[in-house]
Amino acid sequence: MSFWRNAKVLGIIAQVVIVLLVIALLAFLGDNLIYNFQLRGLNFGFNFLRDPASFPIGSSLIDYDPSNSYLRAVIVGLLNTLIVIFFGIILATIVGIASGIGRLSDNWLVRQIATVYVEIFRNTPLLLQLFFWYSVFLQLLNSQDSITILNSFFLSNQGLFFPWPATITATWLALALIALSIILVVIFWRERDRAMGMARSDLQKRSTIFLAIAIVPILIVLFGLDWQIPNLDPDSGLISGRANLSLELTTLIFGLAIYTAAFIAEVVRAGINSVSTGQWEAARALGLKGSLAMRLIIFPQALRVMIPPLTSEYLNLAKNSSLATAIGYPDIYSIAFNISEQTGRSLEILLIVMASYLTVNLIISLAMNWFNKTVQLKER
Amino acid sequence: MMMQKIKLLNKYTSLLLTIGLLTFLGACGTGEAIDTNNNTNTTERSNKRKLDLVLERGKLICGVSGRLPGFSFMNETGEYSGLDVDICRAVAAALFDDPDRVEFRKVSAQERFNALTSKEIDLLVRNTTWTITRDTNVGVEFAPIVFYDGQGIMVAKNSGIRRLEDLRGRTICVEAGTTSLQNFTDWMRKRNINYTPLAIIGSDPIYDNYLQGRCQAVTSDRSQLVSRRSNFANPDDHEILDVTLSKEPLAPAAAEGDPQWINLVRWTVFALIQAEEFGITSENLNTFANSEDPRIKRFLGIEGSIGQNMGLSNDFAARIVKHVGNYGEIYDRNIGKPLNLDRGLNKIWTEGGLLYSPPFR
Repeated sequence: MSFWRNAKVLGIIAQVVIVLLVIALLAFLGDNLIYNFQLRGLNFGFNFLRDPASFPIGSSLIDYDPSNSYLRAVIVGLLNTLIVIFFGIILATIVGIASGIGRLSDNWLVRQIATVYVEIFRNTPLLLQLFFWYSVFLQLLNSQDSITILNSFFLSNQGLFFPWPATITATWLALALIALSIILVVIFWRERDRAMGMARSDLQKRSTIFLAIAIVPILIVLFGLDWQIPNLDPDSGLISGRANLSLELTTLIFGLAIYTAAFIAEVVRAGINSVSTGQWEAARALGLKGSLAMRLIIFPQALRVMIPPLTSEYLNLAKNSSLATAIGYPDIYSIAFNISEQTGRSLEILLIVMASYLTVNLIISLAMNWFNKTVQLKER
Repeated sequence: MMMQKIKLLNKYTSLLLTIGLLTFLGACGTGEAIDTNNNTNTTERSNKRKLDLVLERGKLICGVSGRLPGFSFMNETGEYSGLDVDICRAVAAALFDDPDRVEFRKVSAQERFNALTSKEIDLLVRNTTWTITRDTNVGVEFAPIVFYDGQGIMVAKNSGIRRLEDLRGRTICVEAGTTSLQNFTDWMRKRNINYTPLAIIGSDPIYDNYLQGRCQAVTSDRSQLVSRRSNFANPDDHEILDVTLSKEPLAPAAAEGDPQWINLVRWTVFALIQAEEFGITSENLNTFANSEDPRIKRFLGIEGSIGQNMGLSNDFAARIVKHVGNYGEIYDRNIGKPLNLDRGLNKIWTEGGLLYSPPFR
């Protein structure tokens, strides 16, 4: 057989040519970029990240003050973005599943409410919604009178202030205990089949242990930690406390979650509809009531269809979090903007921001792909 | 076998990409990156001079803010007016003997320097503070200062805030990416006052938030605060604290690398100042035509060749004064009368201000 007629060889040649073309294109663009940078008397490089940032950041998870480096400011911004993504996804999933199931409910009112909700929030721009929520919250919460709940939660137009433990070691200890008890509960739950066959005295022993691991951390959290309650200065109306959710963060998480949940609701509805009616009928024939049938039979099957589109919704939420800049929440994009203004290094900064979002989103999709694999039909 | 390999590769592509990016971010962190430090042959491709380009085009493209009454703001008839606008018009008058041959482009604080370096605009007159970083690191060159400003703080009169110390624990609105934010930070750090900054991109949202009570104070250049306050529903309910946080010398800027063009802008500004020093206004200009004073004769281009060396006509200063007036006229027209802002440092040097032009000879 002739060399040129060998499909395998031709395939390899084609691939090599394509790779070379792509490399040439990138090299051309890169060279052009560096040339133009030189033309304008600019240098490309990341060394400026070590310089002091010298601008303040409204809210930060880690210690930050303006004498820290630009790099630390970027990290603060990244963490702020991650908080939004994390809580946004949790809230959006809860609201989304609830309203998705609500759209298929037998109850007329629930069905209509869910439909109206989904249609309104799916069909208006997110930026508009964020501005809307922000001004709603601003108008609702006048600075003169803050809303106080149980004398320890304060809600004003500065944000939500809540009690926070004073010492760090005790907090970590409590968190570790809570984590431990969650792990133990999971282990017990997995062994529940075996527990059915146990002797009564063994079972009682187990429940005692079970109770103990539940109660001890709760007691520690409630009384062991030195909770510091925010205090309100009656003269100026200022609230001071160690922990608060700023109005911007609250708006952002709320707005993103409500928006994304409307899309998730449709994903959930599609997933549930994809399960054949035969499954419902079979569940009823076994005597399962509606909620049990949903939880045990329908939803696990619907998950298989739901997860890939759900992943895209999560990724969208992560990307949309960059709209934080519009309402003044210091997320990574808004901090990067500040840095690029101060240093004039817009390209470098944009590269860092792009790489950050890409990394976060790839991690989300890797996690979701893994989750997807665990719920897929196991073919044996 | 081959298929399996490809499958394996596909399976791990996103994982590899993630790891690659994490490494990249890590590399950024350690600051180990490419630094190209050779500035050779920088003028190879841009051999066409800005002046020729602008003359060929027949109009000047000027970047302004467009949102600041007194500096650049669109009036009822859809025309721009203000101090910044008049500087642009003065340059157009020097070039074309026609102040209307300017195209104004609104540029935001973020895009202003890129708009200059990418040659989208010829001149930036957008209440821009002249700083060393901007002058040496961003690729722009500054013309003389056209407005000496300082940063101030605006609060509501009934807020009880009188001094900087009263801002402890308050929320302060400030535009992100401006020198205002950095100055305020430095000032508060020095005094060890804790506060919550609310840095927002764009200047409109800051004043919206301030008026809605999200922040108790707003900080920016004094001229900007005064200008914005004039647009409030109840301007008298707000006051500007008696502290000046910074020096804010506002100056026009042009892209680096074309000395002829920068000279032209520089001497246009100086002509405005020198005209006021000579007492030449747009109204009495004609009376100076027969002046015996050789300095004035040179200035107005009646004798000598001061414009020629820059590629302009010799009477460029006369053209400027004829069409837009001298600095004092511009100030009174745009800022002094409408905003009721005292000239302060912006008087010429003979009256105790800082405006000083090198001699026209």
